[in-house]
Amino acid sequence: MSVELLNFIETVLNGLMSGVMYSLVALGFVLIFKASGVFNFAQGVFALFAALTLVGYQTGQVPFAHLINELFGTNYHNWYASMPNFLAILLTMVTMIALAWIIERLVLKHLVNQDPIILFMATIGLAFALEGVGDLMWGSDVKVLDVGIPSGGSIWLEEATIGLAAEGSDYYGMYVDVLNIWATVIAVILVVTLALFSQYTKTGRALRAVADDHQAALSVGISLRSIWILVWAISGFIAMVAGIMWGTESGVQFSLSLIALKALPVLILGGFTSIPGAIIGGLLIGVGEKLAEIYIGGYFETGALENWFAYVMALVFLLFRPQGLFGDKIIERV
Amino acid sequence: MIYKETGQYKSSYKSDHAIFPLLQDKIAFSTLMFIAFLIIPFVINSYWEKAILVPFLIFSLAAIGLNILTGYCGQVSLGTGGFMAVGAFSTYKIMTYFPDMNIMIIILISGLITAAVGIIFGLPSLRIKGFYLAVATLASQFFLVWLFNKVPWFYNYSDTGQITVSERTMFGIPVTGAEAPSYATYLFCLVLVVVLSFAAKNLIRSKMGRSWMAIRDMDIAAEIIGVPPLKTKLSAFAISSFYIGVAGALYFAVFLGAIEVTESFDIMTISFPVLFMIIIGGLGSMLGSFLGAAFVVTLPIGLKFLMVDMVGLSAVTAKHFEITIWGLLMIVFLIVEPHGLARLWSIAKEKLRRWPFPY
Repeated sequence: MSVELLNFIETVLNGLMSGVMYSLVALGFVLIFKASGVFNFAQGVFALFAALTLVGYQTGQVPFAHLINELFGTNYHNWYASMPNFLAILLTMVTMIALAWIIERLVLKHLVNQDPIILFMATIGLAFALEGVGDLMWGSDVKVLDVGIPSGGSIWLEEATIGLAAEGSDYYGMYVDVLNIWATVIAVILVVTLALFSQYTKTGRALRAVADDHQAALSVGISLRSIWILVWAISGFIAMVAGIMWGTESGVQFSLSLIALKALPVLILGGFTSIPGAIIGGLLIGVGEKLAEIYIGGYFETGALENWFAYVMALVFLLFRPQGLFGDKIIERV
Repeated sequence: MIYKETGQYKSSYKSDHAIFPLLQDKIAFSTLMFIAFLIIPFVINSYWEKAILVPFLIFSLAAIGLNILTGYCGQVSLGTGGFMAVGAFSTYKIMTYFPDMNIMIIILISGLITAAVGIIFGLPSLRIKGFYLAVATLASQFFLVWLFNKVPWFYNYSDTGQITVSERTMFGIPVTGAEAPSYATYLFCLVLVVVLSFAAKNLIRSKMGRSWMAIRDMDIAAEIIGVPPLKTKLSAFAISSFYIGVAGALYFAVFLGAIEVTESFDIMTISFPVLFMIIIGGLGSMLGSFLGAAFVVTLPIGLKFLMVDMVGLSAVTAKHFEITIWGLLMIVFLIVEPHGLARLWSIAKEKLRRWPFPY
């Protein structure tokens, strides 16, 4: 195989893997949108909050330590030195479920039957509030998140591919981050579990019923509110997984919440209402972005196409299919 | 008693169509204009100019622009920062190519350029709506900021990527640059804001404004009764972008003087705060744009005073509180009063009508 071809494969492979990360975030959006019709702009901040909380539990930070110390002149920082990863993740999950419950009680309950766009703006407010609370609780410094997922280049793959190039060519093998491979595996497990859950359990069926038709679901005795809490908790859980992955890669800091902005083009490409759409959209955007960076980025001499390329890609796509790749057909009536 | 309209007869179409049909409104407005034009310029100091009045005026303009698009025409936009950047960079480029041009004309031309850019980015609105459109406008935000950051022609190949305003005068008094006196920059912004607000108010009352509202309320029905969606949506994008572009030009030329595009026109520093302004102020209300801008500009100052100076929190913690309070306020407003401060004002007027009598 020629070096160009191998490089191309490497780019596509890396694109697919970063696409998985986008899909993870997009999945949380889709779940909430399907079940409650809310476009949850706060999904990225959810991921940030989950990651912050996880680090906080791991290192035993006292919540609101900065605030307490500044108000009362005390000097609290940590309860304990460390906590096992498993326990910390479990506690974070409990926190995310509690958060879902609080959001349902304080925000969603009061906004039932409002315009979707009002709900959307409410979630922008939610994003700000949660970000502020996260910073107040755990501090805004960049934190290292390590739950034992290995990272760095895969040496095995590098050695395995080095022989593929033609004899005598200058090829050093493919570079693929192990973390991304793990992310892919975890994402696949997550999606399969979700699919099984929604297909074969009673709650899962209730979930799909609500997604299909609120009114009909209510009339057969499904409690809309408990389903909403459940859905927000599940997407809180997905946000946690995404937060762990992204946090391990680039540290837990404010910019983590911006992954929501990365997931938006994925959503419009895949359609707001389709789980397969979120996954395939994520993969498409991941690959498209990486290929554009390498094959088109060169012409601009400026690089950093990543910030907007996905958006333009999704936008061009929208002109032809306004409901996205797999979205429900939009039927409008007066 | 205070706000009664009894006895105020309208005997001609002209008086019926007045912007302020009631005597009380006329008096209040004239008093406001009197204070704004004839008192404040004499007492203004640098702090009031830089911290409150000039940002308030500039953001009012941006809020009016976004309100035209989102509040009146129903097209949610998150790309305000990008469009303000277009205004700022057009001003900068025109300034370098035409050193003798009057600053007022430069700023208005920048507005027109932004309007053209707005039309281009408004094109997707013909096919997509709602969330899809909101996300699409984010594309304009990212693309425009990237463009101004990465293409050196826009910042005249300077090493830092910053653009800096040079001194320009109106009637011999500098209004841009470091030497500009407080009253001059204030009056310059004030004149633009007053003139453009009247223009916007009248546009909204015209055929164009009514077709915007028809599209907002139900676009298919509007199309069936003969409102052309293409023309209406694009005109809303153009006019909204014009206002936002002028605001961006003022933000750069008069207020900041030197900007770095990724910091000054970020989605967090411009796009969302301007969206707050129109939500808190009131969607689809001119008064709301001003109230919202005033609220958003003064609240951080008030909060900082309260938390840093009174309670003694550090600036970082205070900042976190500020973000939290913004978010909570937005949610509270959406739940309690989705029509914003403007609605509260009209409730107050209703109360004042019969106060102190119960009926």
